[in-house]
Amino acid sequence: MDRRAHPRSGFAAPAGHAGRASQQPPLRAGARRPIDLLYLLGLAILLFCAGLGAAVAQEAKTLAEDPVLEARVMAIAEELRCLVCQNETIAASHADLAMDLRQQIRQKLQQGQTQAQILDFMVQRYGDFVLYRPPVKSSTWLLWGGPFLLLAVAMAALVLNIRRRRTLASAPLKADEAERVRRLLAEEKSPT
Amino acid sequence: MKRYLIPLIVFVVLVGFLAVGLNLNPREVPSPLIDKPAPPFSLARLDAPQQKVALEDLKGKVWLLNVWASWCVACRQEHPLLVELAGQNLVPIYGLNYKDKRDDALAWLQRHGNPYLASLSDTEGLVGIDYGVYGVPETFVIDKQGTIRYKQIGPVTPEALRDTILPLVRKLNG
Repeated sequence: MDRRAHPRSGFAAPAGHAGRASQQPPLRAGARRPIDLLYLLGLAILLFCAGLGAAVAQEAKTLAEDPVLEARVMAIAEELRCLVCQNETIAASHADLAMDLRQQIRQKLQQGQTQAQILDFMVQRYGDFVLYRPPVKSSTWLLWGGPFLLLAVAMAALVLNIRRRRTLASAPLKADEAERVRRLLAEEKSPT
Repeated sequence: MKRYLIPLIVFVVLVGFLAVGLNLNPREVPSPLIDKPAPPFSLARLDAPQQKVALEDLKGKVWLLNVWASWCVACRQEHPLLVELAGQNLVPIYGLNYKDKRDDALAWLQRHGNPYLASLSDTEGLVGIDYGVYGVPETFVIDKQGTIRYKQIGPVTPEALRDTILPLVRKLNG
């Protein structure tokens, strides 16, 4: 019995005799208490985490008086690169500058500015780099067109290659080639 | 031989692109403000908060705008150089005290020396945003018409000062 149910962890340990596949091995009264304690501990941790989560949520809440506005702020912030931690959006970053810029977006939306105006404001200050979706212009055409260009080149190479092989296969053998084939085949038939 | 030529060319081109890419500094984002009018501001002086300094007050001379803060570690690195430069009277240096507490900033200048004709308090960092500041320190060279001519991202180094900033100042003054 004792070997089957590990009293401390509650895990079923492999046992030598029948009943080893049972899901709930019978336990002695004394073995139950540690499991209950574990359960309580788990519950306590869960509650603690929930409390922590609530505290964190509280901290981040400050700005959400108007959830519609906040959603618009975040939608625009998603389009912008944080210049301090460059692989994050301004929406995701905790950098001071990102917070300031979110505040700028918020104020400008409250003043009735459009998304295009706000993005323009950012580009004027930080350049195209601040945009997560780079604009199509002369300096970025390679960036946008490059993959398609590569695809076109690869397709052309493929088509050329296939055509070349086809013409190769359908071309009739020349006299000396035919002679060589005949000789090789004859060699194979009489291996001596 | 010919069949290896194309892969070789592709490889060399790829290596070329990667070599250039790896030698660029992704932290240095070129400012779109170069050769554009400096954004206007009117800020309180750090040492005399009731007095304001505006961009217009500084027109007619070539000057440096150095963005600094007492909490900025890299600023300490460039600071002796700025103090030395200020002593040479080559170019007036104004400070933009970025998102700092006044007492901390004053104490910092006391301790490390004050190379600035005036430091301007940008407590909220709003002028910083207008100037596209995304890290401290940064230094701008602004000409007589109030146009931004150069931006140093990160600490001013002796090389940058000798090879870029001072020749530019001389050219703009000349």
